[in-house]
Amino acid sequence: MPRNPTAAANESAVMRAETRRRWSLALPALTVITLCSILPLGVMVAYSFMEAGQYGNVQWGFSLEGWRAVFLDRDFFDDSYIPATAHLTILARSILLALATTALTFVFGIPTAWFIATRPPATRAYWMFLITVPFWTNLLVRTIAIQEVIRADGTLNRLLLATGLIDEPLQMMFTNGAVLVGMTYVYLPLMVLPVYAAIEKFDFRLAEAAYDLHASRLYCLRRVVLPLMWPGIVAGSILVFIPALGAYVTPRLMGGGRAMMWGNLIDLQFGQGRNWPLGAALSITLTLVVVGAMVWYARRAAKGAETNG
Amino acid sequence: MANKRFDVTHVPGAATIAIVTFLALYIPVLILVVNAFNGSDTAGWWEGLSLRWFAAALDNAAFRSAALNSVIVALAAALLSTCLATAAALAVTRGRQIKGQGSIAVILNQPLLVPEIVFAIALMVVLAQVKQVTGYQGLGYLIAAHTTFCIPFAFLPIRARLSGMDLTLETASMDLYAGRFYTFRRVTLPLLLPGILAGFMLAFVISLDNVVVSSLVKSPGQETLPTYLMGELRRNLTSEIYAISALLLFASISIVAASWVITRTKQ
Amino acid sequence: MKRTHTGTALAAGLTLLAQSATAEGNLNVYNFGLYTPPELLEKFSQEYDVEVTLTDFVANEEAIARIQAGGHGMDVIIVSGYFIPAYVDQGLLMESNPAGMENFHNIADQWKSIPTDPERKFTVPWVWGTTGVMVNRKVYDGDINTAAIFLDPPEELKGSINIVPSMNDMIDMTLSYIGAEPCTTDRESLSKARDLLLSAKENWASVDYPSFEKFINEDLSASVFWSGAAARVRGLNDGFAYGWPKDGYMKWMDNLAILADATNVENAKLFQNFVMQPENAALISNYTMYNNAITGSEAFMDPELISAPELAVPEELQGAAIEQTLCAPEAQDLYTRIWTELTR
Repeated sequence: MPRNPTAAANESAVMRAETRRRWSLALPALTVITLCSILPLGVMVAYSFMEAGQYGNVQWGFSLEGWRAVFLDRDFFDDSYIPATAHLTILARSILLALATTALTFVFGIPTAWFIATRPPATRAYWMFLITVPFWTNLLVRTIAIQEVIRADGTLNRLLLATGLIDEPLQMMFTNGAVLVGMTYVYLPLMVLPVYAAIEKFDFRLAEAAYDLHASRLYCLRRVVLPLMWPGIVAGSILVFIPALGAYVTPRLMGGGRAMMWGNLIDLQFGQGRNWPLGAALSITLTLVVVGAMVWYARRAAKGAETNG
Repeated sequence: MANKRFDVTHVPGAATIAIVTFLALYIPVLILVVNAFNGSDTAGWWEGLSLRWFAAALDNAAFRSAALNSVIVALAAALLSTCLATAAALAVTRGRQIKGQGSIAVILNQPLLVPEIVFAIALMVVLAQVKQVTGYQGLGYLIAAHTTFCIPFAFLPIRARLSGMDLTLETASMDLYAGRFYTFRRVTLPLLLPGILAGFMLAFVISLDNVVVSSLVKSPGQETLPTYLMGELRRNLTSEIYAISALLLFASISIVAASWVITRTKQ
Repeated sequence: MKRTHTGTALAAGLTLLAQSATAEGNLNVYNFGLYTPPELLEKFSQEYDVEVTLTDFVANEEAIARIQAGGHGMDVIIVSGYFIPAYVDQGLLMESNPAGMENFHNIADQWKSIPTDPERKFTVPWVWGTTGVMVNRKVYDGDINTAAIFLDPPEELKGSINIVPSMNDMIDMTLSYIGAEPCTTDRESLSKARDLLLSAKENWASVDYPSFEKFINEDLSASVFWSGAAARVRGLNDGFAYGWPKDGYMKWMDNLAILADATNVENAKLFQNFVMQPENAALISNYTMYNNAITGSEAFMDPELISAPELAVPEELQGAAIEQTLCAPEAQDLYTRIWTELTR
């Protein structure tokens, strides 16, 4: 606390110098991100309000057509406006598949994280190693791997044919299910790692104390263990949900152009669809949904920490 | 453990699901590796152990140039993003709150909030103009793009390390009239090194992994390993693809193993 | 490109990076995947001491979007005949005047002029072919000279049919199948075609440019496909046969053009002239397995290719060919709406 005016002035001069020094430390990173990420995103926002060129690109001139096309379509016969069911179906599918992926990684990831965290310290490192390798392995390689298993001539079908469980190979590729399996496979480590980090910090004596106080096992799990895992679960869900919602490679390879997701729809508008304003508007919509989900999660996480912690 | 009556760490079913998960994670990858060592012409039928597909891949000039590009871009992007992220982490983690500290953190994490395909297309649109004006078509664009999305990944472990660090050593050093730079070099940096190393490795892997941004930002004739693999996949699924995938897999295992050894010796 | 040995990969890379901007004697080729014989580029590269770089694209629409965005760095591009006006209208192609080139006389008379480039001011022929259907005969051995293969498929093929996402071809063939004119703006016919496509979609496995391996491994049993690509697949799995829908199939020519903002114009012109040489045109045919438009190239072509069934349209089906065109904007807009609804 400053005791006299001079000291206060001094103090604020020091503070200003400190602020300046630290801003200049951050400046290079901020410049790169502003130029290469924020500025292009701004260009996208601008493009979404322009007119579409006949063969792609945009033309100068303000237009809301791009945004209109995200939500409204024209009727085939009388050109009246109707909801853009095609886009809305893809949006709904993307959100549902991303949620389902998060749920599946949750179902498999939480017990796995728990399992690793409760191994004796000596072996725990080896289990960690095993979960880290897929995380650091190329996403494309992992997609190819899972695709090999479920395609018509793939391992699973051969196994089922050989055991006589089926007579005809099952066509599992190019369906929503295939995309879901693929995304769960590639994003699973993203759920395990943060949950593991949360459990690892956990002092198990707390739970035992609760049990000693005649808490039931379920009560103990719900009121003691779950709150402590909560930050890890929130982080894991965000890490899975966001890339799953905007996924491009996995649905492209496993959906075969039929089970399209939001990211593929954006790509289509900038390529064959030749409607850049629509593509830009779809991009901004996706970004807003992701940011919205993030804010919602962050609020929930904060609330969860308040009531439970 | 003190209490043997009830072991809270034992949750029925968890171990079973965990083992199933591990098997599910590894079996497809193992199948891929086995396919890579298959001597058969078409994928699927086993014709004995062979390294011919690895030889074919390594003999392929397109593959080699893609691999070289990947390594150059990943090294440069990891190096740059780690430097930038270290400076930024020092700015927002130590000492008193400064004006705008919150906004610095938000901007640094901004690339994480933008879906990859959106980031990639937006950058492609802007870079197309830049390429037209400058006429430059080199790897610089890929390095800049990768550096951008690697910054938040490098930033995370560095900041975590920094916020867990004790300030007293630095204060002591400053009290002994060591200069700010000297203190940084001799005290802060060595303490921070594990975080920086972790950040560098994470950034390197994230860069090596990328396919969407690379494929939209690259100039004619430029390929990175993932974009090359994506192209090969579109053209034909030969066993060479399995071999390249297996090589990428071995690369990631080595990187994880290396980082594992490093962190263990540090402890 | 000069090689600098500076020790580390990074340093070497940074050096290359600095040089690549000023490199001379280059040619950047932009073409469909699996459409450029490596031997052709090698031969050109040796003959003229030019370093050739090849970049792939998947569809005309994708290519024009990249070219239009600018800064693409390409010199020459392959453009499907019906797409030439899209480029020319926007001034994206250079008037290189191939008609005045040394090898121009080699072009067969019927290809010396095409509707979209009547005086051959911009383009030279690459190859020509047809878009029809390809079916695995081991799975289905009925009539394959019909668009019913994908519009009203037989039981055996349901669930393992692929459709190529080539919007105009698909809708043209469908309109033709129901007895309407391609590029019509008659909404009754268009909605009939749309409904037919939507109900047929239930039986399709994918809407994609699939890798050949998907057929060779029999993941897919039928597809809308191109004659040369079908010949290639047959070479690797002889179960597959190619058919020309009697109700209408597509006939097209792809052409080589120089981009308006090409940086290596002289090399690009040399390349245009180069591909009109019979032995070079034969190289392209042998690799892509499509017909070329250069007289005298047969002498250099693989005998199996000359006798390939996919390349010889049966006499009675020759009249069913639909020349590939780009429709007027109104029809094109309706096409796009049908397509979006179909691929959602």
